[in-house]
Amino acid sequence: MKQMLNREPFALAAFSLVILLMPIWLTPFGANYPDLLQKFAIFAIFAMGFNILFGLTGYLSFGHAAFLGVGSYAAVWSFKLFTMNVLPAIVFGVAFAGIFALAIGYVSLRRSGIYFSILTLAFAQMSYNLAYSVLTPITNGETGLQLTLQDPRIIDNAFSTPGAGLPETNLFGIDMSGYPGFYFCAVVLIICFFITRRIFNSPFGLTLRGVKSNQNRMGYTGINTRPYTLAAFVISGMFAGLAGSLLAVTDPLAGAERMQWTASGEVVLMTILGGVGTLVGPMLGAWLIKYLENIFSSFNENTLEHFFSFLPEGLQAIAVDVSSLFVGEGWHLTLGVLFMLIVIFLPGGLMEGWRRLLRRFSGGGGGKSEPAVAVQPAE
Amino acid sequence: MSRLTMTRRGLLKAGAASGVALAAPLSFVRGAYAEDFCNMPTGSSVTLGFNVPQSGPYADEGADELRAYQLATKHLNGEGDGGLLNTFSSKALKGNGILGKKVEFVTGDTQTKSDAARASAKRMIEKDGAIMITGGSSSGVAVAVQGLCQEMGVIFMAGLTHSNDTTGKDKRRYGFRHFFNAYQSGLALGPILADELGKDRTAYHLTADYNWGWTQEESIKDATEGLGWQTANAVRTPLGAGDFSQYLTPVLNSGADVLILNHYGKDMVNSLTQAVQFGMREKQVNGKDFQIVVPLFSRLMAQGAGENIKGILGTTNWNWSLQDEGSKAFVKSFGQEYGFPPSQAAQTCYVQALLYADACERAGTFYPPEVIKALEGFEFDGMGNGETLYRAADHQCFKEVLVVKGNENPQSQFDLLEVVKIVPREQVTYDASIFGGDLGPADAKTC
Repeated sequence: MKQMLNREPFALAAFSLVILLMPIWLTPFGANYPDLLQKFAIFAIFAMGFNILFGLTGYLSFGHAAFLGVGSYAAVWSFKLFTMNVLPAIVFGVAFAGIFALAIGYVSLRRSGIYFSILTLAFAQMSYNLAYSVLTPITNGETGLQLTLQDPRIIDNAFSTPGAGLPETNLFGIDMSGYPGFYFCAVVLIICFFITRRIFNSPFGLTLRGVKSNQNRMGYTGINTRPYTLAAFVISGMFAGLAGSLLAVTDPLAGAERMQWTASGEVVLMTILGGVGTLVGPMLGAWLIKYLENIFSSFNENTLEHFFSFLPEGLQAIAVDVSSLFVGEGWHLTLGVLFMLIVIFLPGGLMEGWRRLLRRFSGGGGGKSEPAVAVQPAE
Repeated sequence: MSRLTMTRRGLLKAGAASGVALAAPLSFVRGAYAEDFCNMPTGSSVTLGFNVPQSGPYADEGADELRAYQLATKHLNGEGDGGLLNTFSSKALKGNGILGKKVEFVTGDTQTKSDAARASAKRMIEKDGAIMITGGSSSGVAVAVQGLCQEMGVIFMAGLTHSNDTTGKDKRRYGFRHFFNAYQSGLALGPILADELGKDRTAYHLTADYNWGWTQEESIKDATEGLGWQTANAVRTPLGAGDFSQYLTPVLNSGADVLILNHYGKDMVNSLTQAVQFGMREKQVNGKDFQIVVPLFSRLMAQGAGENIKGILGTTNWNWSLQDEGSKAFVKSFGQEYGFPPSQAAQTCYVQALLYADACERAGTFYPPEVIKALEGFEFDGMGNGETLYRAADHQCFKEVLVVKGNENPQSQFDLLEVVKIVPREQVTYDASIFGGDLGPADAKTC
């Protein structure tokens, strides 16, 4: 079973099936609506890309949201200036994020460990504040960059006259909102999964793992690690740019808050929750967080009263009072508790839980578990 | 099973099976969305979406908005004392829900972020089947959500948003605003400033750096320069700056004798408190007393600023101390329900919910293009702001604007604002074309 899953065609087919059937298997969870499905796919890409850097090299970037924001802005500008077709927007988003990552990575990667984290955090906050103040002509500040009727859209307008109202993003005529938007993101996610899998299993990936376990030793054996870490940083920045441009594809608006440090922190949480350095762990973490954010935050007292209606009156009131702390605006609390529980009991994230389950059900065999490797930044 | 052999037939079978599996969700989708327009209510109830900030800098306003919406839902369903249904000039609402359907609601947290606000509005539309979205406490959010609602064909009844852009440059056919705007603040405040402070003044602006701040600075500048005032400088401050001392220090040396704070929420509380701590209000400049003006005021902000608010001029959309029938009825039912008077955010949101319900009743349908027609150009009274017009050209409400002053001798912890003048509607009416923008089409959409 396990060996079969490790074969590439099977792994890809299984993964594609799970992703493309999301509208069906997510229905019982109340998560089957286009916006959330799109977010699941997009943030899975974001977390997967982040994991290429953090999971493989151990470099903890605390500023990844900057690339997400750059990707979004580039994509929206492509919609405004050239065409509503999504392909150029994605190309621009990925390219700009890549260039941006190259610049930031070149400087930040001179340090490692906590210093690297702080440098990336500083760069991201700088981008965020620039987007809010000096760069307002490009970013439209707090209001966010949006489409307007006055946009030039040179390519579109050269071929057809614009209709009334704002145009929608499209892929050669297919509107990218709703379910088509989700399937588009899902296909991109599957491609990203394929690329990530290849990177994990390549000599390049092995070198990156070497950096994580002991960078000095890598240096003594004659390997200059800098180009490898820089490449990992840029690739991971491009994944973030891709995710950012997909956000703009499904909803053509870019706001500076996408670059805020909380957004950078969120992707770190996603990766740790799911399992650092595993292939699908970060994706699971992304799903969990987005699910909590969108579904738990929508519960209000009426929903809870309905939910606990089987209890006698007094008990119902107590149950509603207690549980209302954890839903609505209190979903952060739920996330915090969950995060603590996972870090304490499953240091390897959800994926470790999965492996333990597998081991239990395969009769205690299945070989010795690797000890959970604490995440150690390269020194 | 150590090895899987692939045959042509097997491959074809697998291909067909996965094709069916992929097409299955699409057929669900088609079934669910086979309707005339987005979220057409088919059962015995209708769902409204209340999208308010529950966290972040405007959380206080958001909490009050939600209270107002819950109260409005009760009154629409015929529970409670009926509130403004009794004083509203249109008698289409009977307290049996909207068009006989019981009103239910879903809530979302905008976090005062455009992204989050759009995500939660999308959730309410796509998942919960909300037929109308309302709420919000920031112009950035209002403009973002309004754009989304136009795309999705769902009516948006804006909450607290004061920027000119909402019904100006960024106006939308599906978006409606009951709240007044910065331009109206300028028109209302101008003459009062001339009376109270004279026509020979020099102003210094500190402005929150986003679309609301920009339009308010522009509007107030226009109004005061029209009186003959000078503008010494206008400085933009980042939203949520916390410490404004670096922006306040240059004010006294600039030759300005009036400080205009284009700030809202916690920003305003902080900048005003620091300006008072700097001793600005005791200073004399150009032989005149130094003055501070806060063009957009609210009671919640006054509560935060405490003593510092006394004697400071500004404008507000509504205040609970008004003595007309509508205001009294609203304060009474809100007070009975929650034990304290409502804020202006609560009033505007409550009224918006009622106006939407009333428009559906008068149109006799939930079909958005008809509801829009019923709202456009609608004249009403009895909602606490005097006679009011929903102008068709830009979906802005025209009604009285209050010029208020921080109360010198408050009678209670809520009695913080004193109404200086109720500026009549004619005086704050302006030409719809001055801001540009385009409402766009009213075509119904299927989700």
